[in-house]
Amino acid sequence: MCGARMNDQEQQPRREARVEPVSTARGLGQGRDHHWGEFLVENAIRVLGFSAIGFVVLIFLFLLQEGLPTFFRVELPILFGQRWYPTFDLYGTMPLILGSVLVTIVAIAIALPLGVATAVFVREVAPNWAREILKPMIETLAGIPSVVLGFFGMTIVAPLVRDVLGAPTGLTAFTGALLLAYMSLPTIISVAEDALDAVPKSYRDAGLAMGATRWQTIWRVVVPAARSGIITAIMLGMGRAIGETMAVMMVTGNAARMPVTADSLFRPVRTMTATIAAEMGEVARGSTHYHVLFGVGIILFVLTFMINLAAASVIFQKRRRGGLR
Amino acid sequence: MVEQPKIHLEHVGFTYNATSATTGAEPVEALKDVTLSIPPHAITVIFGPSGGGKTTLLRLINRLNDMLSGTRRTGQVLLDGQDIYAHDVSVVELRRRVGMVFSLPLPIPGTVRHNVTYGLQLAGMRDQTVLDNALVRSLQQAALWDEVKDRLDDPATALSGGQQQRLCIARSLALEPDVLLLDEPTSGLDPISTAKVEHSLMELKKHYTIVIVPHSVQQGARVADYAAFFLMGELMEAGPGRQVFINPKNKRTEDYITGRFG
Ligand SMILES: Nc1ncnc2c1ncn2[C@@H]1O[C@H](COP(=O)(O)OP(=O)(O)OP(=O)(O)O)[C@@H](O)[C@H]1O
Ligand SMILES: [Mg+2]
Repeated sequence: MCGARMNDQEQQPRREARVEPVSTARGLGQGRDHHWGEFLVENAIRVLGFSAIGFVVLIFLFLLQEGLPTFFRVELPILFGQRWYPTFDLYGTMPLILGSVLVTIVAIAIALPLGVATAVFVREVAPNWAREILKPMIETLAGIPSVVLGFFGMTIVAPLVRDVLGAPTGLTAFTGALLLAYMSLPTIISVAEDALDAVPKSYRDAGLAMGATRWQTIWRVVVPAARSGIITAIMLGMGRAIGETMAVMMVTGNAARMPVTADSLFRPVRTMTATIAAEMGEVARGSTHYHVLFGVGIILFVLTFMINLAAASVIFQKRRRGGLR
Repeated sequence: MVEQPKIHLEHVGFTYNATSATTGAEPVEALKDVTLSIPPHAITVIFGPSGGGKTTLLRLINRLNDMLSGTRRTGQVLLDGQDIYAHDVSVVELRRRVGMVFSLPLPIPGTVRHNVTYGLQLAGMRDQTVLDNALVRSLQQAALWDEVKDRLDDPATALSGGQQQRLCIARSLALEPDVLLLDEPTSGLDPISTAKVEHSLMELKKHYTIVIVPHSVQQGARVADYAAFFLMGELMEAGPGRQVFINPKNKRTEDYITGRFG
């Protein structure tokens, strides 16, 4: 309706005395419509936004409510002890924590160089047509359900690890780390690739113009310029790795032993996530074991939170110095 | 000109998207049959309306366009009489002899010191005293030393825009190039920083051959020993700065200088 009125006006010959007041009236009318729409959209978004936050808070509160009793019911030395035998009321979470840490760190140690190198290849080296094919393929990898990967790990990777290493079993921390590395690669590659892509072309020119070779420009100018983005990529990959459950549970053997000996990497291990997933189904609600599993959840949450915090602080620090352009 | 030109362009043509079959982009003929001599130890001003091919020309002189695919180049670019596009020329060596400063000041990630000495380190220089001397010399030449001598280990991005631009000039000077190419080096700067940069150019031309795309006609007129006017990829007029800016031979040059178009 508003639009029709406007068209009518434009067809009329322009006379200054008329145009002024009419255009003012139009401006007001439009403003009011606009305002109502704006009001609705704004509030709808606000409600949605707050409910999302609300759910997160509720989940967090639930986690606290169910998990915090752990710290009163089980003595701390036992809780952070070395033996996890719930049937004998021994709830030492240390093997689980160290198990998660070991698998995650090894996974990142594998995925980091591979991921960054692949990102550099896709962004800086591969010809355009190859990049167009590679990018969506890598992003598709991220969508493979982890249970499928776990199955793949059990039937293919684990026997391979066993035969190659001559170990008694292929279900080891290393097998889990391999799978996790594979799972976090797509995230690392695509986030790092975006970070490299965001480096202005002029950085490359600047590097080349000062007599750097193409490789020197990539490694010493472009990659450092994308540093904060690449760190984010690693943190996201790490977050994915430490929180992953299914694949890890299927291939790590799930023995709650302390991974402190030199060969631990090639022995079975048990992670926090696998423990929760495996045992939650069989515990009586309200029992000590039940609360401890939530307690493990809290520990996991705190670890993940710290990783994210570290990532954020790196990025903020970089921003404050004006390093992101 | 009695002296041998530092740079000589012989019938140079350059087309972007020349092989557009794959991308479908229209070919752009950025330079058309340009023949131009650039004398040593002087400031040559390349000016003209936007899209005239000035940046393209500068990037041709230190082969920054090599990386682009689908371009076509014709003619010859001679540096000291030597064809820089000949097969036996090392691009890296060439770029060390021909420095370039871009219109956006773009320090590489790292400290002020790192920015200046990095090019030398890439060239294999490890001797710390040599690096330190080069650091002081090039910062002084770029008229930046006094402002940053206590901040050498601060991140380069903490400097002001004008300081960053002079830092980029210092970065090029550290390599002791023969030629310094500057593409609108003062486009983002305030008048005082601009004056400082212009002033240091006047000093630098004693030792270097300078080619500059000015960010205004006035700036061109202020610094030019020689000037060349480009319009839509064609060289319309070239000659001593005074003559081109005060008494142009070509009608189009005159129109542009007096502000009748562009
Ligand atoms: N990478 C590129 N791909 C395709 N066309 C380009 C590219 N770079 C420049 N051109 C085109 O080449 C012509 C000359 O561009 P150039 O950047 O050399 O102009 P200029 O004189 O420096 O202009 P300005 O004063 O705006 O910087 C323009 O028509 C431009 O659109
Ligand atoms: Mg330009």
